[in-house]
Amino acid sequence: MKMRANTAIGGFLIGILFATAVTAAFWTPFDPLKVNLRARLQPPSALYWLGTDEFGRDVLSRIMAGAATSVFVSVLTVTFAVIIGAVIGVITGYLRGWTDRIIMAVNDALLAFPGILLALAVMIVTGANKFGIVLALGIAYIPSVVRVVRGTVLSIREREYIEASRVIGNSELYSMARHVLPNSLAPVAVLATSMFGWVLLAESALSFLGLGVPPPAPTWGNLLAASRPYMESAAWLSIAPGICIALTLLGINLLGDSLRDRLDPRMVHG
Amino acid sequence: MTTPLLSVDHLRIAAARTGEAVVDDISFDIARGEFLAVVGESGSGKTVAARTVLGLLPPGLRRTGGRIVLDGEDLATLSPKRLRALRGPVVGMVFQEPMVSLNPAISVGAQMAEGLSLHMRLSKKEIRQRCLDMLARVQIRDPARTFDAYPHEFSGGMRQRIMLASVMLLRPKLLIADEPTTALDTLTQREVLDLMVGLARDHGTSVMLITHNLGLVARYAQRAVVMQKGKVVEAGTTEQVLTTPREAYTRQLIDALPRRATGIARLAVGEPLMSVRGLKVEFGGRRQFFRQQPGLRAVDGIDLDIRAGETVAVVGGSGSGKTTLGRAMLRLIPSVAGQIRFRGKEVPEAADRDFRLSSQLVFQDPYSSLDPRMRVGEIVAEPLRHVAQLAATERTRRVEKMLDEVGLANFANRWPHELSGGQRQRIAIARAIVRGPLFVVADEPVSALDMTIQAQVLKLLERLQAQYGFACLFISHDLAAVEQVADRVVVMQGGRIVEQGSRDDIFDSPQHDYTKALLAATPMVDFAKPEAARVPA
Repeated sequence: MKMRANTAIGGFLIGILFATAVTAAFWTPFDPLKVNLRARLQPPSALYWLGTDEFGRDVLSRIMAGAATSVFVSVLTVTFAVIIGAVIGVITGYLRGWTDRIIMAVNDALLAFPGILLALAVMIVTGANKFGIVLALGIAYIPSVVRVVRGTVLSIREREYIEASRVIGNSELYSMARHVLPNSLAPVAVLATSMFGWVLLAESALSFLGLGVPPPAPTWGNLLAASRPYMESAAWLSIAPGICIALTLLGINLLGDSLRDRLDPRMVHG
Repeated sequence: MTTPLLSVDHLRIAAARTGEAVVDDISFDIARGEFLAVVGESGSGKTVAARTVLGLLPPGLRRTGGRIVLDGEDLATLSPKRLRALRGPVVGMVFQEPMVSLNPAISVGAQMAEGLSLHMRLSKKEIRQRCLDMLARVQIRDPARTFDAYPHEFSGGMRQRIMLASVMLLRPKLLIADEPTTALDTLTQREVLDLMVGLARDHGTSVMLITHNLGLVARYAQRAVVMQKGKVVEAGTTEQVLTTPREAYTRQLIDALPRRATGIARLAVGEPLMSVRGLKVEFGGRRQFFRQQPGLRAVDGIDLDIRAGETVAVVGGSGSGKTTLGRAMLRLIPSVAGQIRFRGKEVPEAADRDFRLSSQLVFQDPYSSLDPRMRVGEIVAEPLRHVAQLAATERTRRVEKMLDEVGLANFANRWPHELSGGQRQRIAIARAIVRGPLFVVADEPVSALDMTIQAQVLKLLERLQAQYGFACLFISHDLAAVEQVADRVVVMQGGRIVEQGSRDDIFDSPQHDYTKALLAATPMVDFAKPEAARVPA
């Protein structure tokens, strides 16, 4: 019962997010970029449901448009980091020896480096755009995926069913892909969902520093960043994107939990 | 005897959530100084019953009725504080898993001293002295060094002695031993249990031994209680229970004891299928961080011939190199010297395809030898990937036939975790046999299973062998099982073969001292002359 509630609530929240992102591509109540200086900093009203910002742009429209960017960046970054990280992790964990030592030395060096600084450095090279963010944050988060996957692989490869696979005559590559990898993914599913949250926040932080998606294009991060000077006079500017980020994280975490249970045949019961 | 030390009266324990009975109305007594065995298979509720005596019910279980009176006190009426005061000086417990029941981060001495400083007023020096005396009593060679050492430095048998020593330090009136030697090999089992009995006798301690091994019951216990599905099905003196059982279930347990197969063992002749010469395997000695010793020679020059269709048993204590030998013969681990010939052809260090496809391995632990993310059907079908030109329908047919033969037809869509240990082991056997191998290594295939299940799995192996005609290297420390299945027996000690011969020769007239010791340590029920009540009260 508990698991179903998780799935339902998580699915509902993420469903709304994706629906919003898709809708925003075709229609928003106002043009999210249109400046209207006569309607500056208006509180929520029947016309502007979530109020307007310092340039008189409709906050609801900007949040809708921002959802698309934020989701796009986060999904792509997490996918990128998980795929690359899992492949490196499985290889290093399975081969061990010198390959492992060299890869892990580099990996640990990257881990020791603050992720956001690493991302900043990459952003300076790639320039501020969506793909630059994906690449920068992806590289920053790969090391933690590698660590987790390698740790699991190290314990899985010692299980007897891996040896059984070898006795059957399966090649190392096949054993890795068929037995080691699927059994190493459960912790990654959990890591990926929390990473989604970190990426959303990191993207906000980069935007805040002026290195994210360049304005005037809205993302939840730069909406939040831009609202800072008006925190006291126009609280709706920060509350609305803040709630959006929080609800999205909640939805993703709930969905992540149920995904992990789903992925594990031992957990699927009545 | 006057009042019993422990009296369990109509005890009921149920799962708190579902109300399902785990222990269903059991009653038994233990007199002072008595040795009682509680016998039953996994899930019979014997461990739960014992833990209740300590007031340590696992979470999710609740006592729903009955009384436990220990040393004149009703446990239900005691405060948690009083209960804690009983644990240690009145009841002590030795657990099954010696590898995890000592805290790896605390030195042996500190763990032993813990109980003493908690329950007795003694000076540091006295505590240390008592610990050292007790360690010497359980025949640990260097008590002073052991006192300062950490648990990981000891083998399973040594740890179980340390555990026993720390429990007996408090001179409990009742010692509960929950399968204390199941994880140990035959020789160590004998040593640990003999020590336990001796200590109990010295201190007048009653012992409640929980076990599934009727051989141990016969050797040590005065009385036995047989449990099944939460109920006591039979109770009485060991002799009564073992020689004149009244209940069908007890009968069944006794019948499940391995017996020597009647008829003459097959003595295969002709060219050996597999021939091993001078095989040597070393461990360590290479670039490993914490190990400085030069290579440990696990297998030290083994010559062995196995003929088609015969079962050769390799027996020996843990560390004798028998498992390593099995792995090395399958070329799963590298050897430093020696030659393996299979069907007259030399098998290179990296096993060739032909050898890999005609040899198989059955593992000891059915819980870790099956991929938890594959369905039973997929697991059994996997070896058939390497059979050339096998149509999908033919493959499915062979998998179904194989599952049917191991008695698990219609199980193809199940997951391994839905199966019991015995069923899993059948699947592991099916996976090993499905491709029709010529040579199978069975590494302790039944030692993780319950007695009645062991008997079934051994029978299954025998039947499949008769049907498919593969040769089998049966690795085991359990001589009773070996006696049932083996044609020939090879005894290993310290990586070498100390004796080999036909089964009857080895069992009836062992030559080497080590073989004699192994045979003497094997708990067997001798129905002609029951050994019950060997321990004087």
